Amino acid sequence: MTASQPIVLQADQLRKHYGVARGLFKPQATVRALDGVSFALPAGRTLAVVGESGCGKSTLARAVTLIEPPTDGRLLYDGRDVSGHTAAELKSLRRTVQMVFQNPYGSLNPRKTVGSILAEPLVINTPMGKAERRDRALQMMAKVGLRPDQIDRYPHMFSGGQRQRIAIARALMLNPRVVVADEPVSALDVSIQAQVLNLLMDLQEELELAYLFISHDLSVVRHIADAVMVMYLGRPVEHGPKDVVFSRPRHPYTRILMAATPRVNPELRGERVTPKGELPSPLNPPPGCHFHRRCPHATDRCSAEVPALRDVDGRLVACHYAEQMA
Amino acid sequence: MPLLDIQNLSVAFSTRAGTFRAVDGIDLQVDEGEVVGIVGESGSGKSVTSLAVMGLIPSAGTVIADRMSFAGTDLRTLSRSQRRRITGKDVAMVFQEPMTSLNPCFTVGFQIGESLKVHEGLSGRALRHRTIELLEQVGIPAPESRLSAFPHQLSGGMNQRVMIAIAIACNPRLLIADEPTTALDVTIQKQILDLLVGLQRDRGMALILITHDMGVVAETAHRVVVMYAGQVAETRSATELFERPRHPYTGALLDALPERALGRRRLPTIPGVVPGIADRPQGCLFNPRCPRAQDRCRAERPALLADDAGRARCFYPLNSQSEVTA
Repeated sequence: MTASQPIVLQADQLRKHYGVARGLFKPQATVRALDGVSFALPAGRTLAVVGESGCGKSTLARAVTLIEPPTDGRLLYDGRDVSGHTAAELKSLRRTVQMVFQNPYGSLNPRKTVGSILAEPLVINTPMGKAERRDRALQMMAKVGLRPDQIDRYPHMFSGGQRQRIAIARALMLNPRVVVADEPVSALDVSIQAQVLNLLMDLQEELELAYLFISHDLSVVRHIADAVMVMYLGRPVEHGPKDVVFSRPRHPYTRILMAATPRVNPELRGERVTPKGELPSPLNPPPGCHFHRRCPHATDRCSAEVPALRDVDGRLVACHYAEQMA
Repeated sequence: MPLLDIQNLSVAFSTRAGTFRAVDGIDLQVDEGEVVGIVGESGSGKSVTSLAVMGLIPSAGTVIADRMSFAGTDLRTLSRSQRRRITGKDVAMVFQEPMTSLNPCFTVGFQIGESLKVHEGLSGRALRHRTIELLEQVGIPAPESRLSAFPHQLSGGMNQRVMIAIAIACNPRLLIADEPTTALDVTIQKQILDLLVGLQRDRGMALILITHDMGVVAETAHRVVVMYAGQVAETRSATELFERPRHPYTGALLDALPERALGRRRLPTIPGVVPGIADRPQGCLFNPRCPRAQDRCRAERPALLADDAGRARCFYPLNSQSEVTA
């Protein structure tokens, strides 16, 4: 990442814990859905968050979009701390961050036309009149590649790729600086996926948008991201510039993810190993390094001591043996 | 003689807007012990083809074929009860969404035992013994204790293993897996694919793998069938197909993969969408989206023509070079 871009979003040791009732006479259990996540996101850049279901990606998205306040840690937009704000101030802050959801079939209201879907954020957040809102909706439709005559159509009249364009347009209506995209292309076919990725990259260049791009597809991440954060059970395990992480992964989990990603080109395929085990229950995570029960390199130290996130070879990595993983 | 031999299979559904051919004259041969991958975008007819083979097309659909035989038995002339003796025994299927394909009201043990009872006449201790053996084969830890588990108590990956256990219960000669890993995380996807390929190798079973993921096909299939709008666009060996695709659609699909972008920022895309019921074009079905289309393509529908290494439905096929549709 270059330092020339101003940091729009900074997270500092974000934590989100949920209490889970286990029964009448048992004490509440705590799920540490997010356990100490820090990053800095400059304008016009993309940070990809990678991991399997249950790793805390979506909790991170909810915290960053100010839907749920974090249990602990700080979140700064343009250097301003979001905690301790009044509801009105939070409302204006929320305009700076918008979200694109995974499934465009579920995230658009089927009973509203494209025009009213796009105008809705303006109704709530701006004093604009009806004609002005429609104008803005038309401008935004042109920007994401929808035709003006489609403004009075309903979501079901569009294909999956077009719906995702509508969802992206809606996210951009309030001129946000940060867009959180939660698996925006995983529900789409390959050819459509390419169109939507191109659109996201074009918009980023034009509007200087910062993306927090949540995905499990490493080939997509490799294409679109500037920096990558790999998460496992609520904790970041490896975090650094894309090229560094992808060319020389240092955490065993990153290596396993990369090897498990199916590749068309036989030369790019990783070691032919079957990953063992499944993600452990977040209610009862293993002691020490969360990953040690699935890790091929684990030793006694890994089950006893939590590895700290530290700087190794140009990226942050949480593994006791990161130096040996070359 | 191929194990499964299908010639000129069409599946038509009558809808309010007229008759729609979801599958339009496809040929499919699968040999004993072969892994055939069927790829295509949503709406290309992959799943309908497999349902037709299983005899599971709902009554609104009509299945017509010049030939449809399994191990020498003509599937078209069988009575329903004769057909049921083959379905689930010699030909079995693994469905896409393990969470919705399993019955939530019955235990995993019961659901695996069901086909053993019907097809093999097992009961009592023998049934229980065989069910445990199957759970062991698909890699479920502590199988005895899982017999009484309900699907909601298991993870997605575990449920998919249960689905596979049901499918292989009666030692099928042909297993059809319809998007078996689409809903799963990459590490679990890898485990399931390795399991399927291992079973296929050990038992000499034929496997039809239906997916939209090019990487999955490239890593597992011997031969690939590319489907487009209900027709076979191209078929050849996996190595040939990924190295030298002949049909422009295959070429464009491969080019759209981020993995193949090779440092280029923008991904090549395919303009337009798969034709639906109302907009099936004249001539070649791909011609409105094809960069190589000529007058002949717009007037005449090409046949599936044999070349030196396979077959492609194109008048002007690509050769060794893969064209870029920027």
